[in-house]
Amino acid sequence: MALGKILRRGFLVGSAAIAGGVAFGTYRYVQPFDNPLKPGPGEVTLNPYVLIRTDGISIVTPRAEMGQGIHTTLAAMVAEELDVAWDQITAIHGPTAEAYLNAPVMALGLPYREYEQSRMRQMGVGAVRVAQKLALGIQLTGGSTSTIDGYEKMRRAGAAARLALIEAAGERWDLPPVSLNTEDGKVIDADGRSLTYQELAEDAALVPPAVDPPLREPAKWRYLGTPMPRLDMEPKITGQAEYATDVKAPEMLFASVMTTPFLGGTMLGLDASDANDVPGVVKTVGLGNGVAVVADTTWTAMRALEKLQVTWSAAPYAADTEAQFAEINRALEETSGTVMRDDGLADVVIRAAKTDRLSLLRARYSVPFLAHACMEPMTATALYQNDRLTIWCGTQVPTFARDKAAAHVGLDPSQVDIVTTFMGGGFGRRTETDFTTQAAQIARSCPDRPVRMTWTREHDMSRDFYRPAAMARLSGAIGAGRPEAIDMRIAAPSVFADQSERALGFAPPVADKLLVEGAFDQPYNLPNFRVIGHQADLRVPVGSWRSVGHSHNSFFLECFLDELADAAGLDPVEMRLKMLDGEHMPSARTVETVAAMANWGGEVAEGTGRGISFCHCFGSSVAQVVQVSDAGGRIAIDHIWCAVDVGLALDPRIVTAQVQSGVIYGLSAALFGEITFADGRVQQSNFHDYPALRIDECPPITVRLLQ
Amino acid sequence: MTKFSVNDVEYEVDVDPQTPLLWVLRDRLQLTGTKYGCGAGLCGACTVHIDGEAHRSCQYPVGDLDGAAIKTIEGLGDADGLSILQQEWVTGQVAQCGYCQSGQLMQATALLAENPQPTDEDIDAAMSGNICRCGTYPRLRAAIHAAAQRMAG
Repeated sequence: MALGKILRRGFLVGSAAIAGGVAFGTYRYVQPFDNPLKPGPGEVTLNPYVLIRTDGISIVTPRAEMGQGIHTTLAAMVAEELDVAWDQITAIHGPTAEAYLNAPVMALGLPYREYEQSRMRQMGVGAVRVAQKLALGIQLTGGSTSTIDGYEKMRRAGAAARLALIEAAGERWDLPPVSLNTEDGKVIDADGRSLTYQELAEDAALVPPAVDPPLREPAKWRYLGTPMPRLDMEPKITGQAEYATDVKAPEMLFASVMTTPFLGGTMLGLDASDANDVPGVVKTVGLGNGVAVVADTTWTAMRALEKLQVTWSAAPYAADTEAQFAEINRALEETSGTVMRDDGLADVVIRAAKTDRLSLLRARYSVPFLAHACMEPMTATALYQNDRLTIWCGTQVPTFARDKAAAHVGLDPSQVDIVTTFMGGGFGRRTETDFTTQAAQIARSCPDRPVRMTWTREHDMSRDFYRPAAMARLSGAIGAGRPEAIDMRIAAPSVFADQSERALGFAPPVADKLLVEGAFDQPYNLPNFRVIGHQADLRVPVGSWRSVGHSHNSFFLECFLDELADAAGLDPVEMRLKMLDGEHMPSARTVETVAAMANWGGEVAEGTGRGISFCHCFGSSVAQVVQVSDAGGRIAIDHIWCAVDVGLALDPRIVTAQVQSGVIYGLSAALFGEITFADGRVQQSNFHDYPALRIDECPPITVRLLQ
Repeated sequence: MTKFSVNDVEYEVDVDPQTPLLWVLRDRLQLTGTKYGCGAGLCGACTVHIDGEAHRSCQYPVGDLDGAAIKTIEGLGDADGLSILQQEWVTGQVAQCGYCQSGQLMQATALLAENPQPTDEDIDAAMSGNICRCGTYPRLRAAIHAAAQRMAG
């Protein structure tokens, strides 16, 4: 509970009064927002990213570490400028505060093609203004924005802290700061005298931070651009890393929950007497849409859940998968939809295809609902004491989690502390606040006793906010050498509308970019290209699932391009290169590179096939070649080659690990993933009927990063 | 009352003998390095050693473990620090979210104890019960090979 200690002892102050440490930061980046820090008399507040403690230096990395390695990369940004040795630093999540909002994430919902750089920049500025206006200070980890968001402000926080330390040393020695230098956590003078950052911290906290501190030339970087040892590696391989239910405290109770299997419904009646009779059960707690059992062990709680007699209201959606797809199809065929890209005259060219001697092709695709199936099911630990609530949780949205929990237990958000722990996978699932609110409700009914809440795997699988099932209908006309027209319609339940409704209570009436991303925004130079998104109002809860809309739209569009290439007898690599060339060269290079890596066009064995796919998403271009073979009627994945351009790879090893991770998560979905409904209930429950790729099924994955 | 040792420390616990070892470790003994993933022996996140063999602690009622010697991730390193396998995990920077890693390490340790020079097929056979949703498999495989090589001297 190191963070709890820091919070209590004055993490938020930063003056000589602190026993535990001194916090630094730059002020500039928080000016638009209220300063979250509450100084007492004689205290100094700064925007804290750097905490110098007697026993080392903690860097506040206010983004959720769910495996993607963000703590290490954000800490490297600060450490690079602060000039500290790598083994002197630790990374901590930090408290919940609007100052830690994520600016670029606000731009994600806006309906522009991100690869068009100039528009992106305007949009970023605009998005921050919108955020201020709506007071939507989202402290969110998601949308592949953490590195982009941190790149300037984390480095400047480190640089400003270093300048303050130098100035403090200058005063101590009566030397001009320009004559001083730093090295591995010490300020040194020309004679070789040195003072540690610890020795200088209290004085330095009184120095007004530089508003615009200069940054190191990239050529002089020692950490950035280099594979750094992950700061979370040793705790994670020794069992010491603290996840949300690893919190240790005396008088601990244990809970598990059962909410309605008819997602979005409520509880109509409850008989908990059999559950309450299970030895070890302390109490049952009504949650509105379900029940929690609190007991002496997690196992007792989970077992007692099975004895609850509950009557539920009916599901608000069509009861089975077939009926749900019929509704998505109805949206596709019968609603007008929103035109999100309309270059040229796609429908006219397609109608005239035959007379113009173009090959005409039509295709329909559909993909199922998918669960996140994080390795760690939803969990949280909470303590309600003296009108204060503390929730230890793995959350991608600490400010939302705080506000929702506060509202449910009748507290002001200022009375709620969120302690963000490590998380056993996120993939977008932990952008939801259902589980953190439940922990708050349970703790409220067990005052003064900390409660660890753990969902069963079965509950996690069947109470998710799913990757939407989606359908697409495409028509295309292809001439000699390249496609002339593509007309694409996509229909799915809207993640944007569903999440907005949960977060804000309403769905803003704007075009849904997430529904069509990965299709309308691809950097393909197609003379006639129309993409229309159709929202299917299904009422099955949907949410962010790794890459969100790209996960289905890239599949739809890339499959169709392959079918077009096949119809016209074109090489799918050559065809894509023609479409990318001139439109977005970094993207073209990924296709070219991956083709070379895989020796595309070379001989392959009988019964073996290869395919290429490309996607531009979140500012990165990715191209992959997959080689598969027939293993006695089963598809065997033999090898995957992947070329990625992320711009500047600040930690090439972590980026590579993330790319492999995305490939493996995608393979699990493509080969096995399918959530289905019957009688209003999700039919999958655990890893036997919702399998994940295992090591024996994992092909070699060769990754090359282009910069 | 059930008596057993965990990481060479003797314990006597007074719980329902049907309680799976996993929850005794986590909720009673505060050994939270062992993780709950599925409760059904499908994912391997809760793997520990019972009398030297890798087992799923979610499937073992504690009442059946009287006199057993149990080892968990907390006891995997030796007195000097990390085991060779753990060191190779660091060198190869294997872990991502880390949640499955205790189980992966316990399973891989048991594999190397039984088969000091495993082939890729041996690794597939021994490790395919341990799911990793982040996809650390390529580095995990390399780390097992590297540890085997070092142990062979």
